[in-house]
Amino acid sequence: MNKADPYAGERLLESPFHPRQAPLNLREAWSAWNGYRFAECYYDAEYEYFCVRNACATYDISPMQKYIISGGDSEAMLNRMVTRDVTKLKENRVTYVVWCNDQGRMVDDGTIFKLASDRFMLTCGSSCVAWLKMSAFGFADVSCEDVSDKIAALSFQGPTTCAVLKRMGLDGIETAKPYDIRHFPFGRGPLMVSRTGFTGDLGYELWIDPALALELWDRLYAIGADYGIQPYGEAATNMARLEAGFIMPGMEFNEALKTVHLEHDHTPFELNLGWLVDFNKPHFNGRSALLAEKQRGPKYVLTRLDIEGNKPAEHSWLYGNKRCTKEIGYVTSAMWSPAAKANIALAMIRSEHLKGEIWAFIDYAKELRQYSKIARCTVKDKPFWAPGRARATPPADF
Amino acid sequence: MKRYDAIIIGAGHNGLTNAAYLAKAGLDVVVVEKNDYIGGAAASREMHEGWIYSSCSYVCSMMRQAIHRDLDLSRHGLMLVPYLGTVSFADDGQVLKLYTNAEVEYLELRRHSPHDADSMHRFRADLTRYSQLIRKTLMRTPPDPVSFKPRDIKELLFLARQFWTLGEREIYEYIRFFTMSAAEFLDDYFENGLIKASMATPGIIGTALGVCSPGSAYILLHHVMGDVDGNIGAWGLARGGMGAISNAIASALQAEGGEIRTHSGVQQIMVRHGKACGVVLENGDEINAGIVVSNLDAKRTFTQIMDRKDLPPGIYDKARNFKIRGSSGKVNIALSGLPKFTNVPENRYINRGGLTFTGSMETLERAYDCWKRGRWSDVPFVESVIPSAWDPTVAPPGKHWMSNFIQYCPPKLASGPWTPEKRDAFGQTVVDRIERYSPGFRDLIVHMEVRTPDDIEKEIGLTEGNIFQGELTIDQLHFNRPFPGYAQYRMPVKNLYMCGSSTHPGGGVSATCGANAAREILMDLKRPNTVPQDDCYDE
Ligand SMILES: Cc1cc2nc3c(=O)[nH]c(=O)nc-3n(C[C@H](O)[C@H](O)[C@H](O)COP(=O)(O)OP(=O)(O)OC[C@H]3O[C@@H](n4cnc5c(N)ncnc54)[C@H](O)[C@@H]3O)c2cc1C
Repeated sequence: MNKADPYAGERLLESPFHPRQAPLNLREAWSAWNGYRFAECYYDAEYEYFCVRNACATYDISPMQKYIISGGDSEAMLNRMVTRDVTKLKENRVTYVVWCNDQGRMVDDGTIFKLASDRFMLTCGSSCVAWLKMSAFGFADVSCEDVSDKIAALSFQGPTTCAVLKRMGLDGIETAKPYDIRHFPFGRGPLMVSRTGFTGDLGYELWIDPALALELWDRLYAIGADYGIQPYGEAATNMARLEAGFIMPGMEFNEALKTVHLEHDHTPFELNLGWLVDFNKPHFNGRSALLAEKQRGPKYVLTRLDIEGNKPAEHSWLYGNKRCTKEIGYVTSAMWSPAAKANIALAMIRSEHLKGEIWAFIDYAKELRQYSKIARCTVKDKPFWAPGRARATPPADF
Repeated sequence: MKRYDAIIIGAGHNGLTNAAYLAKAGLDVVVVEKNDYIGGAAASREMHEGWIYSSCSYVCSMMRQAIHRDLDLSRHGLMLVPYLGTVSFADDGQVLKLYTNAEVEYLELRRHSPHDADSMHRFRADLTRYSQLIRKTLMRTPPDPVSFKPRDIKELLFLARQFWTLGEREIYEYIRFFTMSAAEFLDDYFENGLIKASMATPGIIGTALGVCSPGSAYILLHHVMGDVDGNIGAWGLARGGMGAISNAIASALQAEGGEIRTHSGVQQIMVRHGKACGVVLENGDEINAGIVVSNLDAKRTFTQIMDRKDLPPGIYDKARNFKIRGSSGKVNIALSGLPKFTNVPENRYINRGGLTFTGSMETLERAYDCWKRGRWSDVPFVESVIPSAWDPTVAPPGKHWMSNFIQYCPPKLASGPWTPEKRDAFGQTVVDRIERYSPGFRDLIVHMEVRTPDDIEKEIGLTEGNIFQGELTIDQLHFNRPFPGYAQYRMPVKNLYMCGSSTHPGGGVSATCGANAAREILMDLKRPNTVPQDDCYDE
């Protein structure tokens, strides 16, 4: 007799790629994202990270939130919502954006895909339905559809990705520039490919009807086998994105709408994303607060640090002097970078102290004993990892 | 005529490192290399179209992270990728699969011996403890134990302090380590033959010792004290082959304004008024320089490219008697597909990392017996890895190259000189060994490069093909390397230095010898030091 699962209501959802990914998750290491079961790692986080840097690897981004914004006013509405000038975005191009509340504090970041002159896809990390509804208020011809469950998506990253896609028959994919969108027939439906990703490396994101998800997976893995393909999880993503200097909600920033304490959220300027704020375009959310912030200068600035020694400075306090009496900020993410061979970190540092000395107070454990060390930090202007192939068009085969 | 501040003889990875640090300090340096390619025993070469072999060294663990970071070798194109898993094949067909995951590895060890599965924890802890101690000495100049210079006394005190942190019992154990055989050392931990043999194999790689010869325990340690990104004992591949390491160092050197001249073999080191002052090339050209640094092994440096009359008494004999016996061969094989191995599942995490054709302790010792009699081993120990399964840059998609390191193979055969036929026969012995565990292997072979110690000597000038530029036995280690009294990179002739693996801390692709020598040279020249400190002191 089939008994109903009494815990059914507590179980997480499964992504369209789950049937293929589950048996490969040898470590049963699952976490969750937007209600979906989601791999922390499949085999070994560091190994998966190396597949991204050395060969190619897939990351299931189906749980990401996706919205189709369409209608004659869709562009105007998005332009009103985000800080970047969306009217500059060409068809079949993608752009990275942030949006803020009236106080200029960041609600979330995401990407906008311009699919047609009056049709866009917005993707972001957490659900945005209410905010979109509010943002659409007053625009007559715009509709926002949540297509999160209607599109399966795989991030396909690493130096051999272009070679694999070419072998898959995606004609001309090598001519796609970073942030380009291409459309291909695949099986009974269309496959959309964007040259985007969250690793700072050569890579693509593949968007498809969930009904075709497994077919896409099988094809990719059949060809990818000769190119070192491997699924990777959240842990490896986190390593790669930190090397590339990308921010993560819950690490670098709190979403403004979920923040309890005053100014525990962030402005784009604090996150070193001032370049995303365009004051030359018509009014947008948070404009005046951001203008004031720009003139005043942000309190904190997200900074890339290269830290002496090899002990990751996770959760470290930062000081303006070696004696560690003058506190100036805190580390948001840190790791030993295998690719850059450096001890790297992103840190929030009070702006007035950016020019002076920076010291990290690092705690670490050895066999249950706690140790600490004080390490000098150097500010890095460039990303820790930015290989030429990430920008090259056409990309090389590896 | 132009006079350089320094000439480095040999573009091995140590010579390049040495030159890079001298150039970084502002010296005008030139590296002269006899071959038309750089890297010495750390080189990548396309020997068959589409396939790039790491001709000699093939895996990396000893490379000091501090040097990689300091010379920004990543920016110069170097990426080290750890590989996972090792399979060990026994004579009786049993297979030991050492998985990367600790829990899973434990289960596999238990299948072979619950006792040894537990012992493995103690074994690893002990090795890590010894490794951590040795690691602290790698990027330091050995003290002269009989000098009373404040610097030497300070360094001796440093070493003593490190020793004391081990605790009294461990100090005894540690000292024993240098004189014990790998077999004796392992008897203390393991009872299962295959596990013991698998753990023993790092003790014979590159050495003219057997698993039962005193001294092989240290060789074992030498092979597990390295790391990849701080994981002690882990080994990795250089993306693009081992030549990627030398190429990145060369690029760092050139970025500092250093010069590299290939096709420029050195005939002789010039000495005037008791001081080294330049070199004469094989084509007769002379190059003058303030100092001369040799990347060649000690034997070659003093017995082949120096005039005996330029040397103080005794040095020539020391060099002649320097223990540098070749015992290893290398077979690089291009394959049309991935080989399958009996009793090894098609699990990508285990079937292409390290593959060791081990046999048993007995088989390993028998292999050594052949070498002693001037023959290559009938049933050799073969250590293999399939880099193309990890690195997309070294073979066409779907095709593979397998690196095979062979122990033992003598530089001189009892039956007379090496000939192409004998070389082929040696290669076939290796293929037979693999075929036994991989039926059909032979049919996958597209191209094969067989290298005997004799080939290795002729090509890159490692005397007798000894991979370490001199045996790693206690009489030739640390303050005894290469000779007692000359362990601080300064040689018996003024302005002459050594920077190759014949110096402390010895063989392997580590870049330490070159860096250490640069630090000493800069001190003599009263230049600011450009060589970084190691980053392992707080492990
Ligand atoms: C088969 C083999 C496998 C090995 N496997 C590994 C491994 O997997 N991992 C590892 O870490 N180590 C390995 N090693 C050891 C390691 O490769 C060496 O210890 C290391 O590369 C030596 O570097 P070096 O710079 O000190 O000297 P070398 O690499 O020996 O460099 C000396 C250079 O001097 C040049 N030269 C010689 N004579 C002259 C002359 N008269 N004039 C000008 N130039 C000259 C040579 O051509 C060469 O380029 C292996 C070695 C061999 C031979």
